[in-house]
Amino acid sequence: MTDPTTAAAGTAPDLGASAYVTAPEHQMSGPGKPRSLWSDAWRDLRRRPLFIIAGAVIVLLAIIAIFPSWFTSVDPNHKDLSHSRETPSGAAWFGYDLQGRDVYARVVYGARWTLLVGLSASVLTVLIGAFFGIIAGYFGRWIDGLISRIGEIFFGLPFVLGAIVILNLVRNAEIRGALPIVFAVVASIAVLSWPVAMRIMRSAAITAKQQDYVKAARALGASAPRIIFKHLLPNCLAPVLVYGTIALGAFIGAEATLSFLGIGLRDPAVSWGVMISDARNYVRVAPHMLLFPAGFLTATVLAFVMLGDAVREALDPKLR
Amino acid sequence: MSERSLRSEKSGTERSLRSEKSGTERSLRSEKSGTERSLRSENPGTEPILEVRDLVKHFPVRVGVLFKHTVGQVRAVDGVSFDLNKGETLGVVGESGCGKSTLAQVLMRLEPPTSGTARFNGRDIFAMRGAELRKLRRSIQIVLQDPYTSLNPRMTVGDIVGEPFEIHPEVAPKGSRAGKVRELLDVVGLNPEHLNRYPHQFSGGQRQRIGIARALALRPDVIICDEPVSALDVSIQAQVMNLLGDLQSEFGLSYVFIAHDLSVVRHLSDRVAVMYLGKVVEIGTEEEIYNHPMHPYTQALLSAVPVADPTVRGQRQVIRLEGDVPSPVDPPSGCRFRTRCWKAQEICAQEVPELEPRGGGHPSACHFAEERSVVP
Repeated sequence: MTDPTTAAAGTAPDLGASAYVTAPEHQMSGPGKPRSLWSDAWRDLRRRPLFIIAGAVIVLLAIIAIFPSWFTSVDPNHKDLSHSRETPSGAAWFGYDLQGRDVYARVVYGARWTLLVGLSASVLTVLIGAFFGIIAGYFGRWIDGLISRIGEIFFGLPFVLGAIVILNLVRNAEIRGALPIVFAVVASIAVLSWPVAMRIMRSAAITAKQQDYVKAARALGASAPRIIFKHLLPNCLAPVLVYGTIALGAFIGAEATLSFLGIGLRDPAVSWGVMISDARNYVRVAPHMLLFPAGFLTATVLAFVMLGDAVREALDPKLR
Repeated sequence: MSERSLRSEKSGTERSLRSEKSGTERSLRSEKSGTERSLRSENPGTEPILEVRDLVKHFPVRVGVLFKHTVGQVRAVDGVSFDLNKGETLGVVGESGCGKSTLAQVLMRLEPPTSGTARFNGRDIFAMRGAELRKLRRSIQIVLQDPYTSLNPRMTVGDIVGEPFEIHPEVAPKGSRAGKVRELLDVVGLNPEHLNRYPHQFSGGQRQRIGIARALALRPDVIICDEPVSALDVSIQAQVMNLLGDLQSEFGLSYVFIAHDLSVVRHLSDRVAVMYLGKVVEIGTEEEIYNHPMHPYTQALLSAVPVADPTVRGQRQVIRLEGDVPSPVDPPSGCRFRTRCWKAQEICAQEVPELEPRGGGHPSACHFAEERSVVP
């Protein structure tokens, strides 16, 4: 009991056997190879059904977005008013919209812009927010004050009003072509949404920096970047990751709002958000116009939420 | 520097011997410790490795949202002086909130001091910057109180114990680090094969061993133990303290051992400092403090230690202190203990008693210091 070497051999009474590495796992890794959080997380992810399903859906969507012509030969902007609001049939699987365009073709071609806007807006929001949040949380004092006040300025702007102002500036600058407009939409969404991610990250960083392990690292002489990347970031990532995956759906919806106001994406660029907002006045007479793009949007958001959830759990050793 | 390399060479052979002789060594140590300790304190050859003089740490109390102004000072540490000799353990005891942990943080340069000096091997550690400070980090390390928060839950044990080598790459070349980490885990009594486990897979005592291994990685001269066993079960406390004792004789470490449990401090310490409200009220060898306490506060603390022997129960006098510890924002004038002291007189409110040798030979800070044996 008093011999210190017995503690290592004995098992902890409060832990179940599941908490330990099982024998086959132990042999697989080999006892000698040092591992890290990220390699462990990746090993764990590959075996998670949630991750595999979500990954498959996202890969499929990515293929649709990059090569839409593999999935349909119909021009998404071809209008034939005689087919207006026609229900799904063998000729057009998802039916026709108000102006007689093939809904299936539009859903396929819309994937590119929708994913581009949603994904880049949430990635950009999380990156900007996480960066400033962790800086504000770790350094505190006047740096925190400055970043928080700047964040509040953007936070206080109503989203639609702010986006109208920003996108009007871009319109006045006479920018043409789909890609620059997508970029402008993404930038305006990120500029108006980063304070939320910043606040989430900041509070997580403030909690984490008071932990004793940060104290121990400082006592060892660790530099600020080392503490931020090695100690704070892995422990603060989970809440921002959750926000990012949920925000993805919200941003796709925001893009539709902007398009509806005439300042977002325009023809010939197609997006699911635009399709949904076009269809909302005809929900009762032609529900297929709404249900197909909305269904794809739901599946996409669900896939990213599942992916985020799987990554979050894989990064927490206690949940493995 | 040469001393360190010598030591590390020596430690290999010492370690192989350790496992066989540790049992006998421990029993020997406890027998001879009494004479050894009293000798060491009077031995003029021992040189202090850490000299702390008039260390003060005040935390300002600020109010206001936008324009903060200071309304007071929490006098967490208020004029603490002591010497730590090479290879010695200095126990620091006191109630919660008396400034023990703040003292540890200031000595680790985790908090800037308000005033005062601390010299490590003759150099002022508060004046150190840059490369010199990095070097100091290698010489003074800390073991923290709570083993559940002192280890990053998202790092493997190998990463935690190996981090000191990444921060100080000059200590160990990249190829030898994995071996060193295994060696360290072995030294603190953990299975080196558990390198890839995460902290939550260990018990409290094992986690504290990981914390000790991390502190030991850079082969420091001084380890500040900030209540290293108070979060552990009593049975585990003994294991961890024995480990700390073994490591001290193996690596020639000096400890500043902070605790609020007098029996824990007695087990390890050569000398003991008793703190009350940010000040040291009495300092002396373990024998002097436990058997010949001079300060009324020390006497009160000692009288509260439970005695395991039922035959002496009821024979000894328990000194009960009235009231609470006064607020460190507004400490009493003169002697800080006077509000709870049964000996307090006029002079105690007017004059601050200096920490100086009185009567019994060891320093105590009381105008009416007199020896009173409270432990039967």
